[in-house]
Amino acid sequence: MAILHADLSHPLRSFALELTLEVGAETLALVGPSGAGKSTVLRAIAGLVRPARGRVVLAGDTWLDTVQGVDVPPERRSVGLVFQDYALFPHLSVRRNVAFGAPDGRAVHGLLERFRIAALADARPADLSGGERQRVALARALARRPRALLLDEPLSALDSHTRAAVRAELHDLLATLGLPVLLVTHDFEDAATLADRVGVLVEGRLRQVGTPAELVAAPVDPFVARFTGANLVPGTVLGERNGLTEVVLDSGGSMWSSDTRAGRVALSVYPWEVSLSHDVPDDSAVNHLRAPISRVTTLGNRARVAVGPLVAEVTTASVERLRLREGELVVASFKATAARLLPLA
Amino acid sequence: MSRAFTACLWAATALAVAFLVVPVAAIFLRVPPGELLDALGSEVARDALRVTFATTVVAQVVILLVGTPAAYFLATRRFRGRSLVITLVELPLVLPPAVAGVGLLAAFGRFGLLGGTLSALGIEIAFTRLAVVLAIVFVAGPFFVRTAIAAFEAVDPNLVDASRTLGAGPGRTFARIALPLASGGLGAGAALAFARGLGEFGATIMFAGSLQGVTQTLSLAVYEQFDVDFDTALAIGAELVAASAVLLLVVKLVPRWRSSTQIFPTPSAPSLSS
Repeated sequence: MAILHADLSHPLRSFALELTLEVGAETLALVGPSGAGKSTVLRAIAGLVRPARGRVVLAGDTWLDTVQGVDVPPERRSVGLVFQDYALFPHLSVRRNVAFGAPDGRAVHGLLERFRIAALADARPADLSGGERQRVALARALARRPRALLLDEPLSALDSHTRAAVRAELHDLLATLGLPVLLVTHDFEDAATLADRVGVLVEGRLRQVGTPAELVAAPVDPFVARFTGANLVPGTVLGERNGLTEVVLDSGGSMWSSDTRAGRVALSVYPWEVSLSHDVPDDSAVNHLRAPISRVTTLGNRARVAVGPLVAEVTTASVERLRLREGELVVASFKATAARLLPLA
Repeated sequence: MSRAFTACLWAATALAVAFLVVPVAAIFLRVPPGELLDALGSEVARDALRVTFATTVVAQVVILLVGTPAAYFLATRRFRGRSLVITLVELPLVLPPAVAGVGLLAAFGRFGLLGGTLSALGIEIAFTRLAVVLAIVFVAGPFFVRTAIAAFEAVDPNLVDASRTLGAGPGRTFARIALPLASGGLGAGAALAFARGLGEFGATIMFAGSLQGVTQTLSLAVYEQFDVDFDTALAIGAELVAASAVLLLVVKLVPRWRSSTQIFPTPSAPSLSS
């Protein structure tokens, strides 16, 4: 069983990278804002950056151990790294790009077929579309038969049209590899679709690691919650009544949560838990907030509607039925059980 | 107003082009082409061509063999004193050639800094063909190294990193990635250095002298023949103009040729089934 173990410590511009990772035959996504040190993690594992202190071990082979003075050069680490901009060799054809790291030519043809780039074998990278380039980069990285795969923002170089299709394809591919795969992205949705586990990296440290569902259900802090797409509204806990916690929001009004916490909190609620109506609804939701709509953004058949400090996600059909327009006064409602309370530092 | 301004620009450009073209044209117009060809057959001209060819080619080989790895090193490594090293390499570019000649003599001449040691080993450099080569390398080498540093710096470092993670060591990465991607700039740098070497005069005449058949290059022969036989001087001049024009054309066409080859796929890799 191949396990990639990395224990890294490296000073970056304004903070230090300090993290320990363990990746089995699964996909682990590191998410975090740009500049959180995500790419440095991949480069250190690949051997392109030498961290101040650290250990990188793949299935018993030590690639790096700063205490023992071991530092295997990148070409002797069995790792495939797919760069953010793919870094295809512009002077070589697709076939030669893929064959660059292949131990023998036999596997190359199979890879070209498997990634549907056989017809482009003689083309230069400059003549390929973004999606095609990504497939060439993956084929090239796998041609070396690496024992671990690293992906740096694999979808960020693609336009939104290609992105969804490539994401689904990549998900299927990663599932079949049976390799430790570590990918970094700034997009939680990409991470949640592609990875078995997601680690949230902020200022060089892992805040939380878990399945996407775990992160959404129980984020440990406001940062993780915001990253997973939650609304965060700051407030102060007033006290408990009828088994619910009352929070007075900084922006005014009070809200109820089934969580128990005291002091300063961030109330977290996901956009899909928030419903919209013209009058206060007669249902189980206890939290209501009346405010004018400040913005309506449509994404396919869904719409994100900003109401005061909250964003609600509703179907475009609802937008039409309720005639949700900017400036319209509406009521945003959510249940106490949908409201998480997270400690505010 | 704007028409008068445009007219001024036209006039300045016309004046500049005319001034630059007239002396070159005069070389070809003063003497009939037949006589130019005859003068090229003279012994002085033939000897000078031989010396120039032999020394420039050797100098060019030395510049490429030493300059390319040095430029790669300076372009890709960051170390203390790197800017100082680059400035030292560029110094000969701004040095008057006569100063270069005196310097070379002071270093490698019989009574120079290293001359004594070399003499003891039985090596005499000053006023030999080797001196011509050294003068050209000294004066023309920095042209190549400077252009080559820029060419290597322009290679995307991610491509070099990608090559390493694909199993290629530093040497193979240099040969298969950095060198081909920098080749346009390296070609232009080599042509510039070649042209500068072809025209080398000041350092050569001081360090190597102007001995016909030994150290007298085409540029030196033009100067020598100037007093003796003006037509021969013109003929050799015409030869240098032609050579320089070809080099300039190479510098202009190499990048264009390279960018146009990017569009066409290369012949496919060796068959996989075999």
